[in-house]
Formats: sequence, structure tokens, C-alpha cells
Amino acid sequence: MIIDGSESSLKKFLAELSPVDQVGAEARAVMLATRSIKTTSKAWAIDTAISMIDLTTLEGADSPGKVRALCAKAVRPDPTDSTVPSVGAICVYNDMVKITRSELDAIGGKDIPVAAVATAFPSGRASIAVKKIDTQDALDAGANEIDMVIDRGAFLSGKIGEVFDEIKTIKEICGNKAHLKVILETGELVTYDNVRKASYLAMLAGADFIKTSTGKVSPAATAPVVLVMLEAVRDYFALTGSRIGVKPAGGIRTTKDAIKQLVLVNETAGSEWLKPSLFRIGASALLNDLLMQRMKLRTGHYAGANYVTVD
Amino acid sequence: MSRIDVNKTYKLFIGGTFPRSESGRVYEIKGANKKFIANPALASRKDLRDAVVAAKSASSGWANATAFNRGQILYRIAEIMQGRSEQFIDEICLLEGVSNKAAKLQVEEAIDTWVWYSGWCDKLYSVSGSQNQVSGPFYNFTTPEALGVVAVFAESKPSLLGVVRTLAPVIAAGNSAVLIASESYPLPAITLSEVLATSDLPAGVVNVLTGKVSELAPWVGSHMEIDGVDVAGLSKKQEDEIKLVGADNLKRIHRFSATNHPERILSFMEHKTIWHPIGI
Repeated sequence: MIIDGSESSLKKFLAELSPVDQVGAEARAVMLATRSIKTTSKAWAIDTAISMIDLTTLEGADSPGKVRALCAKAVRPDPTDSTVPSVGAICVYNDMVKITRSELDAIGGKDIPVAAVATAFPSGRASIAVKKIDTQDALDAGANEIDMVIDRGAFLSGKIGEVFDEIKTIKEICGNKAHLKVILETGELVTYDNVRKASYLAMLAGADFIKTSTGKVSPAATAPVVLVMLEAVRDYFALTGSRIGVKPAGGIRTTKDAIKQLVLVNETAGSEWLKPSLFRIGASALLNDLLMQRMKLRTGHYAGANYVTVD
Repeated sequence: MSRIDVNKTYKLFIGGTFPRSESGRVYEIKGANKKFIANPALASRKDLRDAVVAAKSASSGWANATAFNRGQILYRIAEIMQGRSEQFIDEICLLEGVSNKAAKLQVEEAIDTWVWYSGWCDKLYSVSGSQNQVSGPFYNFTTPEALGVVAVFAESKPSLLGVVRTLAPVIAAGNSAVLIASESYPLPAITLSEVLATSDLPAGVVNVLTGKVSELAPWVGSHMEIDGVDVAGLSKKQEDEIKLVGADNLKRIHRFSATNHPERILSFMEHKTIWHPIGI
């Protein structure tokens, strides 16, 4: 065990983490973004990115109809081309989980997991009792993955034991039934050092995935932040032998952005992480751009937005 | 010691900014006297793609601006061009080898063309639209609407007027445009882009590419996001090729005579008919 479960040992461990070289991390992220991925590599990257998408709708205006349409798109992203892979998962609010699950099962998407954003998403400002009920509610509805938010207020004011216990509690509720993704909301964590600390904190507390953002706060999944988190999962693997996944979410809209993320993964955590069980991209608009780029590779001419489905 | 001239780098105009070609390429153009003039950017198909993305994102804002506002902005372009006329005259003389007087006449005609099309912006709808009589208690209106993104292959000569009379009707209709300048006479189109950038025209409504027309034309023809093409600057053979691949997304492909006419605007518009119950 790295820590003995007490807050003091956790604090000691996090305090001893080496600080992030901010300039170095930003420069490396910029450098990796210049990689040119073309032709067959690009085709592979596009299909890989599609299979890693957590197709997301987290709006107040979400309706069963919209969720059903999203399910159809998740199973068969391009209705005109059956060689396009299905997406990695669908990410919805709790109350939409049941309808998403039954719709997916009905249209041939049994293998596509449903992720629910529980624990008072996106702010996380609710009592632990409410967060527990929220999580249980999502599980009861059939969620296969829980995307929980951490209490950033507690983390920033140094109450890391509180954050740790909260993640642990939610993890216990999830048990073997559901994967737990922990949203750090890096846009509110201010420094890369905090991102690194929060990543370790979440992994030690039992996260199966660490996720950058809710998508409701800007900046979201910037390249240096994803780099720092990928370094954390890599080092955590060296330390413990267990592989934790990473999910950047928010602000990834173009094929170029997505391919940059894949390069980051390959060069930081390693090719082991280049699969949907260890890397996901939380997005909605991205899928259409990937499909248009795929059409371009297939047909040889530039595609238009009129030839992909409207979300 | 003589002073070294500070020469302008002729660049592309995409989304309101002036980038070099992403390919880093340039090509040489010579004047009527066979002397070197400049190295404008040699646009690649990716520059075209970027220009179409910029045009597409600008198109709904421009199409939904009031016709009156579009007219004002077109008039503003004429105003700014007037102030820049000396520069246009110099470039036309250099490229075409015509007299200063002939160049001045061409610039004036180009400016007047903007004014002429600016006037049409808010009048099109009453000239081409109609209220239709139908058998039932409905109002029935037909009104023209912008197509979306239109690619314009500018005429080579006259080098400035050829650009203006192809471009002006396209944007007067509320379309956004990707202008592919003449290969051998691109300078007036580039200088015009500097005018457009300072004329309250929203970024991306006009994008200007310079380079080899034969290289860009097939990509324009097959691009599914381009809804119309003015083929003034293309050969008959290139026009036929574009028509062949452009059929995929039903591109409106036109070639007009050299005169100004409202039909040039309406050719890049679609008519929409609306039924509305009477009394509600």
C-alpha cells in the first residue's frame, strides 16, 4: 500500500509528489501537437477516436427523443457506412439512463455502456447523502459507468481527506457494477501541481478513470492538463501495477484535436492506453467532424455538414 | 546610399486574417514588361478547405443580416476603394501594361459596380419575390434566399473589374464567397481583400486565394460544402470538369456575360415559398 488510509499519510504522499514543470509541460504539449498524421495512420486514428468517444448530451433541454436519436448515432454513427465503428459510450444525466439503456439494447447497442453523471453534477455542491442517493439512483437505472465530480472547494481549501473519503464512498457504491470516472474539473484547479495531486488522490481513492472536466467550465481539456494526467497514470502504473484510464472532455471539437490527444496518449502513457477501456474522449460535436474526415478519406473529396446527422 | 524598398508580402485572405499558404509555397508573377513584380502565395487544397470552413461559419450571419445592412456594407466597400484607387491604378498598369488613363477608368467602373450592386441588396426581394394567388384561405409568398458558400473564379482581364463584377453579386445575395484570383493577374484581388478587411464586412464572408487555378478547380468542384460556382475565370474544359463532379451536391454553376445584371445575384439564390393561413 502506498498510503495507510489516514489523512496524514495521504497528505504526506501528495506533498512529496514532484512539482510539474509548467513551461516544460506546455512546450511538450505544443511540440507533440505538431505531429503530422496522414493517410492510413489517419484512417486508423479516426476509427480509434470514434470508438473512444463518450457521446455526450448534458443539457437542461435533453429529452427522451434527443437521447434516442443519440443512441442511434452511437450504434451506427454514419448510417450510410456500416464500416464506421460504434462509439465508446453514451454519457447522460441520471434521469435519462433508463431510456438510454433500453434504447441501446433495442437497436443493437448492447455492448455500448451508459455513463451517468452523478454526485450533483456539474458543481458537486450537495451533501454526501444526496451524492450517495444520486449514484445509487443511476446504478439502479442501469448505468455501467459513473462520472462523479470532486468537491473542488474542499480540495482547494486543503480538505483532501474529505475529497478522498467522498470518492471512496462512491466507489464502494459502484462496487463491481460500474466503472468510476472521477472528474477533476481542472479548469477550477488553477495549477498543474493541483492537477497532478488531484489525479493521484482520485487514483488512490479507487477511480477507474480520471476525467478532466465537466464541459461546463472553460478552460476544459487543454493539452498540457491531459499531459500531466497521462504522466500521472503512467507513474501510478509503475508504482502499483494497475492501469487507470484518462478521459479528456470539453473543447475537443475537430479531428485534428482528437488526433493530437491520441498522440499525447501514445507518447506519454504509451500505446497500451490507446484503447477505449483506458482512454475516452468526452464530446458531442467531435463525432460529426470525424465522420466528415472519414468521408474525405473514403471518397477523395471534402464532405459537407449537410451529409452528417444533425444533433 | 539609396534606401531599400519595403515591399509587401502578398498573402491569402481567410476568415478575416491574412495568412501565408499552409504549404509555404509562392509563385512568381511578371508584369506586362516581363519584369518580376511579386511572389504571391500559391494556395493548396488545404487553404481552400480552410477558406470554405471560414466561409461556412460566416454564411448564416451574413445571410441573416438585413438586406439594407448588406447594401450599406457594399457601399462602404466602394468608399474605401475610392481612397485606395491610386494603388489599384498602379497595379493594373504594372500587370496589364495599359495606360494610366485606362487603369483609372477600370478602377472607377469597379467602384461604381459595388455601388450598383449595393443598391440591389434590398430591392431584389420585391423584384424577384411575389405574392401568389392560391385556391384556399392562405397567404402564399415566394422570396429569394442565399445559397450558402459560393466559389468565384475571377476573370483574368480586366484584372480588377473582373474580380468585382463576379464577386459583388455573390455577396449581395447574402452568400459567403471563396474567391480564386486570376493566376497571372492576382494583385488587384489581394489589394481588394485589404479593402474588404476594413469595410465592416464580417470576417469570412469573402476569402481570397491566389495560386494555380488548375490545381484548385477540381477540389472546388467536388467540395460538398460549396453550393455554387461562378466559372468566369475557367476554360470551357475546366468548366465541364467542374460540372461533372459538381453534380454530386447539385452545385449551381454559372458563367455570365460581362455586363452587370440582377440575374447574376439571383442565380446564386434559391426561392422559398411560404404558406400562411389568413386570419391567424
